[in-house]
Amino acid sequence: MLVKDIMKTDVITLTANATVEEALHLLQKNHIRHIPIINESNHVIGIISDRDVRDASPSFLEEHNNRGGILTRTIKEIMSTPVVTTHPYEFFEEVASIFYQKEFACLPVVRDKQLVGIVTEKDMLYAFIQLTGTHSPSTQLEIKVPDQIGGVLSDVCQYFTKRNIKIVSVYSYPDPPKDVVYKILVFRIQTMNPMPVVKDFQNTDYQILYPYWEDNHEF
Amino acid sequence: MNSKQTAFIYTEEFLHYSFHEEHPFNQNRLLLTKDLLEMSGALCQDQIIEPQLIDEKWLYAVHSNDYVEAVKQASNGQEIDQHKYGIGTHDTPGFKHMYEASLITASGSLEACYQVLSGKVKHALNIAGGLHHGFPTRASGFCIFNDIAIAIQYIRKNYNLKVLYIDTDAHHGGDGVQQCFYDDPNVCTVSFHETGRYLYPGTGKISERGIKGGFGYCFNFPLDAFTEDQSYLEVFKESIESITEYFKPDIIISQHGVDTHALDPLTHLHCTLHIFEEIPKIINKLAHKYCDGKWVALGGGGYDIWRVVPRAWAQLWRVMNDDQIFEGKINLDWLDKWNKLAPFPLPLRMARL
Repeated sequence: MLVKDIMKTDVITLTANATVEEALHLLQKNHIRHIPIINESNHVIGIISDRDVRDASPSFLEEHNNRGGILTRTIKEIMSTPVVTTHPYEFFEEVASIFYQKEFACLPVVRDKQLVGIVTEKDMLYAFIQLTGTHSPSTQLEIKVPDQIGGVLSDVCQYFTKRNIKIVSVYSYPDPPKDVVYKILVFRIQTMNPMPVVKDFQNTDYQILYPYWEDNHEF
Repeated sequence: MNSKQTAFIYTEEFLHYSFHEEHPFNQNRLLLTKDLLEMSGALCQDQIIEPQLIDEKWLYAVHSNDYVEAVKQASNGQEIDQHKYGIGTHDTPGFKHMYEASLITASGSLEACYQVLSGKVKHALNIAGGLHHGFPTRASGFCIFNDIAIAIQYIRKNYNLKVLYIDTDAHHGGDGVQQCFYDDPNVCTVSFHETGRYLYPGTGKISERGIKGGFGYCFNFPLDAFTEDQSYLEVFKESIESITEYFKPDIIISQHGVDTHALDPLTHLHCTLHIFEEIPKIINKLAHKYCDGKWVALGGGGYDIWRVVPRAWAQLWRVMNDDQIFEGKINLDWLDKWNKLAPFPLPLRMARL
């Protein structure tokens, strides 16, 4: 998945001469937290976050007559620069690492020096929701498999093919987190009746993590 | 027993809704239920109403033209786009005359609404209905046409009444019915189901509350795997009573999937027959308190068709009919007849388990 697939293209921007008051207004009106600052050539020359603006804003506890002066100051004085940006053809997981490492949550997307989009933490989370497949009617199966070469994934998938069940999504995570021996494969499969395929797996070395009921003999 | 109060919608044609022998959705459970009721003397012939086949236009109140067309084609054995229409999949295979079988199923639910709204009866039951997963444009989770959504549209368009929809199937019916009325403040959908963490279809979170004008008219109660009677009923009773008081419906439509039972092979809730006695009693009381008795009950899931479904739906009918439940031993003639065909011994008592 590429940045261009998850970014927003209608970007709300300001120029460096805009005032703190304008920025404050834009943030509130559009429910956003970041505004890229551009010049007349549509180059990104800075960025402000709602925190920058709030730090620069007078306290609402302060007397009213002091507020005017601060609110008319320019964005140029408070914007962060230079700006970390990304490219539309960058992988979306790279954006996740940047957010994680740099501890911020917004990247302007720039191509040929032009601002073409913006990607935020929220777009990122939406992309992850799509990856997990929970947006489509399906049953979740988690399968513990040996982490090794040898066609494990293709072997596991055969069981779904054999039952004519569509795989809605698949991802994997290490189990336990630092162990290199096993992995959990998480499938969302398009069926309301997973029991035949669950039974198929019971005769294999793959371990299904699924809610198991106790023996029925208690009834 | 007041035979004028309650209609039992039934035709042999309901049994044609059949994917294949091994498929868990097996409408022979209708036969088992009806037989149990008749042999127990709880269902009189004059209460059984054969549904009138509905005009095809009612399908279009919910479903798209091309989907209905695709069902017709699959019904004639033609190849259709499996991925687009969801027919021919593991869950919902195509079968000969599936269009007719689905149409008569939906007709049953509309007939139930007609019986109640024309004042012929107070309550009507169509155990063939309750196919809550059907999408406007595709089949899903054993459901072809969404008879519930069609019935609610029928009520909304012909009678303009406020509809309370109660869904007690173990699977969330949100992809179908909830979605159809998600922005409609005149249709309040309430679902009690096993959490979608593992179980199909994965929706039904408490945060699904409706949108636009319909915000606040959708309620979801996801229950953890292995939930038992006491917790289930506590959640059900308390919430459905306050929701009904808040919404003040004109009519109640309820879906009675009975796959919440511990013996059900497809789900992981751990309830017993007891909840299938209590759920109808609670709904019955609410229907009389708020809707002058107007109540349409439908079937739904239920995949232990021998030990669970007949008794559970028999209790539902009994409550609708005279606000009583069956107690004690199960009818012996019924046991003799069906034990020969059952893959395991049938229960000997109506209650328990």
